[in-house]
Formats: sequence, structure tokens, C-alpha cells
Amino acid sequence: MNALIKPKQFPLPSSLKVVPGTERAQAAYPYYTQFSAADDQRFWFYNSMHFPEPMSAFDMVTAEAAYCALGAVNTRVHCLPTTLGIDHRIINGRVYIGGNSVTDPAEIAARLEEFKKRAFYYYENWERLYDQWRAKMLKLIEDARSLPKPELPELEPLANVHAGRGVASNHILFDTYQKTLEGYFRMWHHHFEFLLLGYGAYMTFFEFCKKAFPEITDQTIARMVAGFDAEIFRPDDELRRLARCAVELGVDKSFQEHASVDEIIASLKLKGEAGREWLQELETSRNPWFNINVGDGFYHYHRAWNDDLSMPFASLSAYVGRLNAGESLHRPIEKLQAERRQLIEDYRELLATADERAAYDQMITLAHRVFPYVEGHKFYCEHWYTNLFFNKIREFGGLLAAHGFFPDAEDVFQLTHYELESAVIDLMNAWSTGSQPRGPEHWPQLVAERRAALAVWAKHATAPALGAVPDVIDDPAIVMLWGITRESLDRWLCADSGPNQDEIRGVAACRGVAEGTARIITTVEQMSRLKKGDILVCQITNPTWAPIFDKIAGAVSDIGGSMSHAAIVAREYGLPAVVGTGNGTTRIKDGQRIRVDGGRGVVTILH
Amino acid sequence: MRSSALVGWFADIGLADRLEVGGKGGNLGELTHAGIQVPPGFVLKTAAFERFIHALESESPVRERVESLEADDLGAMTALSAQLRARFAAAPLPADVADAIASAYQELGNGAAQSGVAVRSSATTEDASDASFAGLQDTYLWVQGVQQAQDRVRSCWGSLYSVESISYRRKRNFKEKNVAMAVVVQTMVDARTAGVMFTRSPLTGDRSVMTIEGSWGLGSAVVGGEVTPDRWVVGKITGEISVREISTKLIRHAAAAGGGIESVRVPEDLQRVACMSDEEIQTLRAIGRKVERHYGRAQDIEWAVKRGSEEILLLQSRPETVWSAKESAPVGQAAADPSLHVLSIFGGRR
Repeated sequence: MNALIKPKQFPLPSSLKVVPGTERAQAAYPYYTQFSAADDQRFWFYNSMHFPEPMSAFDMVTAEAAYCALGAVNTRVHCLPTTLGIDHRIINGRVYIGGNSVTDPAEIAARLEEFKKRAFYYYENWERLYDQWRAKMLKLIEDARSLPKPELPELEPLANVHAGRGVASNHILFDTYQKTLEGYFRMWHHHFEFLLLGYGAYMTFFEFCKKAFPEITDQTIARMVAGFDAEIFRPDDELRRLARCAVELGVDKSFQEHASVDEIIASLKLKGEAGREWLQELETSRNPWFNINVGDGFYHYHRAWNDDLSMPFASLSAYVGRLNAGESLHRPIEKLQAERRQLIEDYRELLATADERAAYDQMITLAHRVFPYVEGHKFYCEHWYTNLFFNKIREFGGLLAAHGFFPDAEDVFQLTHYELESAVIDLMNAWSTGSQPRGPEHWPQLVAERRAALAVWAKHATAPALGAVPDVIDDPAIVMLWGITRESLDRWLCADSGPNQDEIRGVAACRGVAEGTARIITTVEQMSRLKKGDILVCQITNPTWAPIFDKIAGAVSDIGGSMSHAAIVAREYGLPAVVGTGNGTTRIKDGQRIRVDGGRGVVTILH
Repeated sequence: MRSSALVGWFADIGLADRLEVGGKGGNLGELTHAGIQVPPGFVLKTAAFERFIHALESESPVRERVESLEADDLGAMTALSAQLRARFAAAPLPADVADAIASAYQELGNGAAQSGVAVRSSATTEDASDASFAGLQDTYLWVQGVQQAQDRVRSCWGSLYSVESISYRRKRNFKEKNVAMAVVVQTMVDARTAGVMFTRSPLTGDRSVMTIEGSWGLGSAVVGGEVTPDRWVVGKITGEISVREISTKLIRHAAAAGGGIESVRVPEDLQRVACMSDEEIQTLRAIGRKVERHYGRAQDIEWAVKRGSEEILLLQSRPETVWSAKESAPVGQAAADPSLHVLSIFGGRR
């Protein structure tokens, strides 16, 4: 299984074996995430869009919390007529998912009536509910920020005793852990409160346009809907702002291209008032806009800019260089908005009848209403909150490491959230009884084993999908979120037998043609390998990679539809991109010269 | 350049004059008014044709015999056509008609070296949006000198009585007395590149894209299907070029020595080169939009890029007939509750 499996039909889950020697690491994942015999009857696909690398035991909490929330909203809150939730299974650290469709017409009809009562209320009251959502999210973030640092003092502080608090620090430890976990699960419920409805309204307009204008490109429709001031664009906008500040304050010389963060800051401190002023501006930007991950936020090691300034500072130096080269970094938002209005009006004029124009007006209005959420939620959920969450767990890691549970604070992420709770209880127990915790005998070996397994799994390509391909994929969640359709699966299946072996087809995400050297990037750490003019080939492009979008000539991803965040941001930056190729990262070899035609959705290997 | 009962210069005519100048002539006038560049020229009006046919009719009937033909009697039709075309070829032009052509031709040549003209049929029934007469009447390219021009005018008139033309009219039961032909005479464009443009997709009827096909040399190679042209699909509004197919163009049409056109081999190094730059595609798109706006409907356009000046000129524009005639189901209508639209996504089996 060293190469990607290229079957004429996808292998059955039961044929997928745990890599020998990693069985104990596999067993760490909860029993309900292990494939069972009955799973052979269903269709599954590898969610490389969200989980492109093997997931450590703790990080699995993201899949669990997200699918719990997605399923609850689809199945029981909004009652989507044709779909329930998404099941997930884990093998070799890879997350496979499968949708639960509703196919009985009577059940669909009954759910439809419920859907109208529930979802339509959201559409009608979108702005109010979304304002409420933002307030709710900010409160949740505030709650997470105010959780105490996990610590166990030698003796309970006198102040607590005199205040008659009545609970000791070991209980606070337990309480903090549970609240941390609870907050994360809650955040994912908020995340999905609007998501499917938002995507659905957008897709409604999208499909109308495709019917009215059969040859319209995806990106034209996206341009009619996309906003320009969504929160997800703010971090990059802040970098542009800080670069301008540096030039205006005359401290731009401090931003030498290969200087480290420490060197830059030290140099600024020598610049007196102007340097201090710039550092003040940096602080303003950092809170909250540097709470953004260098990855997708689903892995504990996707650190935020705030935790590792090297990423934003590298971009800052590049931006300063561009300003000094006479370039304007200004995004002309008003002009972009005026262009968008004109685009909408021009297409409207092409419709044949007044009736069609009335429908168009209703749909674009709805799409515009939902889009701020579609573009904006990710900053609050996947970035800001997720950073707080992983950093809090990291603090627990620090405490446990200090008590000898494992060598390094980061090792905490090799425990599942159940195991971590047991370790916390072990420690609180030991602290209370005055004896030694048992963890130091128990965890180090397991942690080492699991780290080794992750390294082994990362080298094993895995099948993009498992089981029999369904005749029709009618699950709006799967189609919209993952861009998976009957056509895309057929493409994956015959990826190797097409008439042109050098041609890889995917979804046209952003128009434009680019040629360059392919760089296969499968982990965030590898991003530094990218050179100017390279073409990024990855499992999924990430919106927060935006700063490197200025450097690369094009992007290719394995997974993603035209609504994936990658596609949205690629369009924003005008970066030629083809997403949803299925297996671009294995068919294209690092260093090959390739051509990306983002308008047609075709990647060509040029040799 | 004054227009007269027999001659109408493009600047003086329009579609409203269709009965006098025919569809093609009227459209060239319209384009001129709309500020679109066309090769300069004039129309020999239907009055000239009427005068000519009147002389013929005084010897023996023409129109009456055509109208009495059965639509499916191909034998009789072929015989009559041969007879009539022989009469057209033999009969002299009325003196005032011959003079009118000669003096307009001289005028057209003024100011520029007259290397040749196109003589093009412009029937009164032609280019109507409900009956595309495309290709049923003759066009003569690189006609040189007054004498040749006069002969080609007669050939154009005669082509109104070709078997195909007669058959087309009989099947539709046209009244022959309403059938007349004007003739367009315009400066020939020495085309570097030429082709056609539809202001809506010929494949899907999409009104938001234009399809452009072009090849090296004169447009006759593209229209006549003698070369696989380069093809572009361009967003009418966005200008985005979504399809760019550059084909291997083996031949081009060029002026033949002594008049007419000939096929010439395209040099190897140009065969696979795009015959239009992206900028030229954008210019053409802007022209297409202007023409479409002027007429208020989708157009089928012939264009050429003039060698040397590299200007884009339109040779013809007529209403698109295929998709316009289709009754297409509306793609949507307003819903009582706008939220109902989302059921197209969430409501099941689409």
C-alpha cells in the first residue's frame, strides 16, 4: 500500500488494513470510530479536505465535535429533507466519512415540512440571528479566555482559604478541563448553526445562474456573491496595514528579507519613538486578527500567528519590499463593490423575462444575506476559538509534563480527550492524597508508540474512497462541502486510464493559466520549500496561506468544490486554481513542470 | 457621394429601407449609423433590378412562371432555373443602371487605391430573423474594374433564380412579386484574419457569452467550412475567455490574380498560431456588444481584421435565428416566499 490505490472500484473498508506495528496506536481511537463489518455496505470517502495528515489521538476531537454538531443541525435542528448527519471512521490516522441520506419519499416529505418551519425562519431572520450568533461566539471566546491556567500549587493559596472558596485547586483543574472540552463541542454547534443554510442559499443562486447562463464560469458567479470585507481577509489586510505603517514611520529598513522576528523587533527597539509606535500598531493588529492559524485549525500544530510571529513577519517583509518597489497594497474595496453591483446588473439585463429577473433578484438577495456568515465564521471558529482551545490543552500538557507524565508538553496531543481526562484525574487524585501519580509509568511508552505510528501512517497513501459508489449523490452537505458528485468520483476512478495520462481534471476554482514547478506540500512545515513562481500542489489549500498566494503562480488541490474556502480565497487573490482533482498530490511529482488552467479545471503535466 | 433612386450609400440607408436595399444592405447601413466600422460601399437598389427584370418580362414572363412551380417539382424547377439564368446572363443592363454602377464604382475608388470590391447579393427576403437565407445567394470577392462589377451584379440577380433559391421560396410560398434583389458593392478588405461571431452561444443559447471563430485570410474559408478555425468563447460582460481552441489552419483564402479568390497554404510557422490576440478578441467583444445593443437582439456577425491597419471591420450582421426561435422554458420565477428557492438544493432529487 505504498502507492496510492488505483482501483476500478473503490476498495471495501474491510480490505483496508491497519499498518503492521501500529495496531496499538490504532486501538487508541474510540471504539465507535473503528471500521466494522457492516461498514462494507456503505460508501465512504477520505476527508483529506479537512484532515489531510494522519490525526493524532487528541486531534480526533475535532472530527468528533464537528460531526456531532453538523449531524445535530442537519438531522434534528433544521431537518434537512434528504440528509441526516455524517458518520466518521478512523484508520491509520485517516478520517473517512460517509453521509446518511434520507431516501424514503414519505420521510422526505415529512422532513420537508419541518425544514420549512425551521430553516425558513433562519432565512427570514438571518441578520438578527447572525448578530446574535456573533455575540454568542464572542461570549464563548471570552469564557475560554477567562479559564484559569491549569496549575497545582504546593498548598492551596491562603487567599482561597480565607475567602472560603470551598473547592481546592485540583477540582478547579478538573473543572477547567471539562469546560475547555465543553466549550469546544459548543463552538462546533455554533459553527454549523448557519453553515449548510448559508451554502445552500449560495448554491441556489449558483444553480440558477448555471441554468440561465449555461456557459457562465463558476468564478463569475462567485464574484457576484463574494464580499470584500469578511473577517477571514482581515489578518492579511492587517499585514498590509502594518507594512504601510512601517514605511510611513520610516522604520521599513528593519524588515530585511531574511531577518528573524527577534532581529526585526530588536532593530525596531533601536529606532526610538517610531519603532515603539510601530510595535504599538502591531499589538493593535494582534488582538484579535493574529488569532489565525497557519493551517486549517484542525491540528494542534497549526499554530496561530500570535504564537509564532515568523509567518506574518515573513509576509510583512515581503509587503514592505513591494511597497518600496512602488506597488500599492491597497485593496480598492469600494471599487470592487461597484464592479460587483455592475456585474449583477449586467447579468440581470441578459435574462429573458421579467419573471426570471424577479427570481434572480430574490436569489441574489438571499445569497448576499447569507454570505457574510459563509465568509466570516471561519475566523471566529476554526481560528480564534480553536487556537484558544489547543493552547489551553497545551497548558495541561505543560502541567502533566512537569509531573513526569511524558517528556514534552506537546505529547499531550497523543492522548485522546478521554485519556487526557483520566490523566487529569490521576493527577488531581495524587495531588490530593499526597502520593505519586501513576501516569509517569503509564504514558511515556504509549506516547512514543503513537508518535512513531503517526510517522509511519504519514508515509502511507490511502484510498480516496471506499465501498460501492452510489448511483446518485443527492446529499447537499457532501456536494457542497466536499464538492463530491457522481462525476468527481468517476473522475477519481478513471484517473489512471484516461486518454491523456498527463492531464488531471478537477473543479475550475479560479480562472487563469499558470505554468511553473510543482511543489507537493502535505504539511504546513513544508511550505517554506515554496519558491516564487512555484505551483502549490496540496491536499487542500488553506485560506490562511493567503500570504504565500502572492508568491506562488497557481494552486492544485486534491479536494474541494467551487465553494471550498480555498476556492473562495483563490478567487479573491486571482490565483489560477484547480481544486478537487482527487489525487493530484500523488499523480504529480515534486519538481515537475505543470500547467494549471483554472478556467477549465485542467492540470497538465509538461515533463 | 449622393444617393439616388438607383444607388444608396451606406450612410444614407437603414433597415427601414429594406424593400429597396435588401437585408444585407440595410444592415450595413444600420452598422454605419451605429458607429461600427464597415468597409465603405453602396447598394444598387432593387429599383435597378426591377428595371432589368421589367425589360425581361416584356419579352416573356419570369415571376409568374416561378410562382406557378410546384414546390416538389424539382425537374421543372431545374429547367426553369437554367432558362432564367441564361436570360439574365445574356440580357444587357439598362443604360442608366450601367451608368449608375460605373459612377458609384469610380466614387468608391476615390481616395484609396481600388484593389477590388465585393459584390454581394442583398435580397429583400434575406437576413430576416425568421428566414435565414444564409448562403443561398451569391457573393463575389475581389471583383476588379467596372466591367467585372457590372457582370457580377447580373450574376447576383441571376442567383435569385438558382434552384436552391427558388425551391426555398416555393416551400415557403413567398409571393414572387415581393422578391427582388439589391446588390451591395463594397471595398474589399485585405483580411489578415477573418471569421464569424455569435453574440450568444450557438451550442447552448447562453446569452452571456460570445463565440468567435476565425482563421487566417478571408472569412470565406471559415464560412465555407474549408478550414477548422480557431475558436474562443468569451464572457459578454466579464471579457473572460473561457475557451481558447487554437487549431491547425492549413489554408487561407486570398485574392487571386485577375479577380476572385484562391486557397493558399498557410506557412507552417503560422498554422498553429492564434489568428487573433486576446486584445483583438476583447475589441471584437466590445463591437459585438455594441451591435447587439443597437439591434436589441443576438447577432450573427462576419468580421475581418484589415491587414496593415489591423482595424476590425464588420462585413455583415444579422439576427441570430436558431435560439431566438426556440421556446425555452423559463429558468425560474419569483416565489411567494423567497426561501422556497432553496428547495432546489435541499428539496431532494434534482
